[in-house]
Amino acid sequence: MKILVAVKRVVDYAVKIRVKPDKTGVDTQNVKMSMNPFCEIALEEALRIKEAGFAKEVVAVSIGPSQCVDTLRTGLAMGADRGIHVEASSSFLPLTIAKILKSLADVENPGLIFLGKQAIDDDCNQTGQMVAALLGWPQATFASKVVLDKDKQSATVDREVDGGLETLSVDLPAVITTDLRLNQPRYATLPNIMKAKSKPIKKMTLEDLKVDIKSDIEIVEVTEPPKRKSGVIVSSVDELIDKLKNEAHVV
Amino acid sequence: MMMIHRWRRSGEFVRSACKSLSSLRPEHNSMSPSVSGFVNRYESKGKTFQSNAWNDHNRELDLGRNLGMMQQYKSFGSSSASKVQRNPLFSSLEPKDVSYFKEILGDKHVIEDEERLETANTDWMHKYRGSSKLMLLPKNTEEVSQILKYCDSRSLAVVPQGGNTGLVGGSVPVFDEVIINVGLMNEVLSFDEVSGVLVCEAGCILENLATFLDTKGFVMPLDLGAKGSCHIGGNVSTNAGGLRLIRYGSLHGTVLGLEAVTANGNVLDMLGTLRKDNTGYDLKHLFIGSEGSLGIVTKVSILTQPKMSSVNLAFIACKDFLSCQKLLVEAKRNLGEILSAFEFLDNNSMDLVLNHLDGVRNPVSSSENFYILIETTGSGETYDREKLEAFLLKSLEQGLVSDGVIAQDINQASSFWRIREGITEALQKAGACYKYDLSLPVEEIYNIVNDLRGRLGKIHITALSPNNFKTEDCNQIMHMVQVTWQMLWDMVTLETLLGLIEPYVYEWTSKHRGSISAEHGLGVMKANEIFYSKSPETVALMVSIKKLLDPKGILNPYKVLPHSFFSP
Repeated sequence: MKILVAVKRVVDYAVKIRVKPDKTGVDTQNVKMSMNPFCEIALEEALRIKEAGFAKEVVAVSIGPSQCVDTLRTGLAMGADRGIHVEASSSFLPLTIAKILKSLADVENPGLIFLGKQAIDDDCNQTGQMVAALLGWPQATFASKVVLDKDKQSATVDREVDGGLETLSVDLPAVITTDLRLNQPRYATLPNIMKAKSKPIKKMTLEDLKVDIKSDIEIVEVTEPPKRKSGVIVSSVDELIDKLKNEAHVV
Repeated sequence: MMMIHRWRRSGEFVRSACKSLSSLRPEHNSMSPSVSGFVNRYESKGKTFQSNAWNDHNRELDLGRNLGMMQQYKSFGSSSASKVQRNPLFSSLEPKDVSYFKEILGDKHVIEDEERLETANTDWMHKYRGSSKLMLLPKNTEEVSQILKYCDSRSLAVVPQGGNTGLVGGSVPVFDEVIINVGLMNEVLSFDEVSGVLVCEAGCILENLATFLDTKGFVMPLDLGAKGSCHIGGNVSTNAGGLRLIRYGSLHGTVLGLEAVTANGNVLDMLGTLRKDNTGYDLKHLFIGSEGSLGIVTKVSILTQPKMSSVNLAFIACKDFLSCQKLLVEAKRNLGEILSAFEFLDNNSMDLVLNHLDGVRNPVSSSENFYILIETTGSGETYDREKLEAFLLKSLEQGLVSDGVIAQDINQASSFWRIREGITEALQKAGACYKYDLSLPVEEIYNIVNDLRGRLGKIHITALSPNNFKTEDCNQIMHMVQVTWQMLWDMVTLETLLGLIEPYVYEWTSKHRGSISAEHGLGVMKANEIFYSKSPETVALMVSIKKLLDPKGILNPYKVLPHSFFSP
């Protein structure tokens, strides 16, 4: 079985985000970019499944500008067997990405597609669901535990829901999106970084995949969240009550 | 606050332990019985339990003050039991002095409030404590000058104070010296975005300067754990080293000029902003690292560096110490222009961190004898990364490195740093700890550890680890910990334990031409130990300089130089 893992290049989790002055998006110039943490978890899970003997190959795919190759190299250094870079100059919304992944799945025929449950830059949490729908495959989102059954060709997935844990059984092929507590991703070791250098990264274009990239959504404006106002020290109980009544309107 | 709680908890144990300790050695009796009783306990305890002894420490010091000023305030210090006595030539504070200070500074900036004095009298590790009754908060150089002029004429001893984050008792009074805190002098005076020269007052907090520079796209040439409280004036006065020394050099290089006030109130304007200025003796260097014993630094001009955006970090495992040394040489040769940190820890330190801190894992899968952190800082993300990878892969092929990982994002990088920076915290949790801040030639660094292990092995030293393995002057801070209290009591008295360490460590360091204080300074803790690192002729010249600039010796007395030179 082959596992396809989508990895997204995003602004590093630890970087303080700055919104561009013209409000068209987030500033990514001279900003540290890394693999989306949820994608890292997805890749780690795929690698563990391969190491347990349930899969033969793990393929990492990234969609975006040429620097996405760095993200794929990270994936290869973690242990993915090969990479696919779908070149695209602009960033896409989930539906376009899902369409690209669908046509890739048609070519690659994976038994499982792993994705992070969401990317930390746009927080959409839609791509996995859309890919499953386009492919007509079962989906298990927010996975916190994944167990494969080779004989039955199915996966048992625990998912974290508001009320507790929900356990699903899905037939393969399936789409699984990963939550934070699924695993702790490995580091890229020197021997693996060395091996990664000889692993292939295949370049593909949108034309190759015959995907229509027109978007139905237009981003109107990106703004920073309102700044937190500093607190005030009141000088008397009367003043406090007055503020609670007339400013906060809570009493 | 959390730290204090921890101390208190362990204090419970220490108290009961000390009772048995005092009964162990009742024969020692050099002073009046009532005094010696606690001084003895106190000394032996202080040396062994270090900062765990906080509660007792307080109580006994109060007692000590009531009994007169006979006792040694250096409760955690070295074995050469040097009793410092208050210099009788110094005057005591009188009401007229206080009213004079109020006249020049205003009531608000003359502090007699006991709570505030309590904080100012105590160093942050609670190792040293003075009994000053007065703290002055000057707002400008002119006021510092007036204060010193008056104190000099009245023979009132003073202690200059900044953020009070020193580790050798240099920033707190030993007895009743008047505290001069420059915290209100905290203005940035100018910043040149072309040359990167920052001119500011001495009381600026390092972190505030760093934040200010960050908005301009620059960084301070030094960074310390204490950056949130330490003052730039104190950094300069103590020639603080810190994390960026390997990259930007010491403050003797980055400080371009300063303004200082000498004991008689003279203001020395050496506030140049030029990198080249060979006109006569470069006197500013006298005030860098002299720990406030020659003058009070009031303004500083310092060369700052453009901020680099690309930072990479690798965590490397090495089999033996020789490989670590070779790796250092190779790193300097191959990564020269982007190398920003080369830090070292051994497997004892690693175990300590893994056992005592939550959420830490060993980045490399197999356990090795030594670990090294290599950080690069540069301007080109892809270029720097390729360079670091190529270097490490070559080292792996050559067998210098046995395993290693490269951080793929900032989160991973912080988890690697967490291991290195967590050593101090893990030591606190492990037990009592001795620290020796030594500088040694690089090839000798680990030999002292092995020698000491052989010497102390039988008494269950759980960690004996050098870290801060830096290039050039190879600064080493050595930590030792013993955890197994019971074993300790059975096998060796505390006195014997310290006797095994000191003066052995100092003698060893001296023999190998190392420095007994790499970056912490001498303060009151190591003032008498200066001869281990400096020749008698050199120390004699230092004493002459001190006497020339401060004839009455009022500036930060009992520190840096052996007090015997100045006592009548």
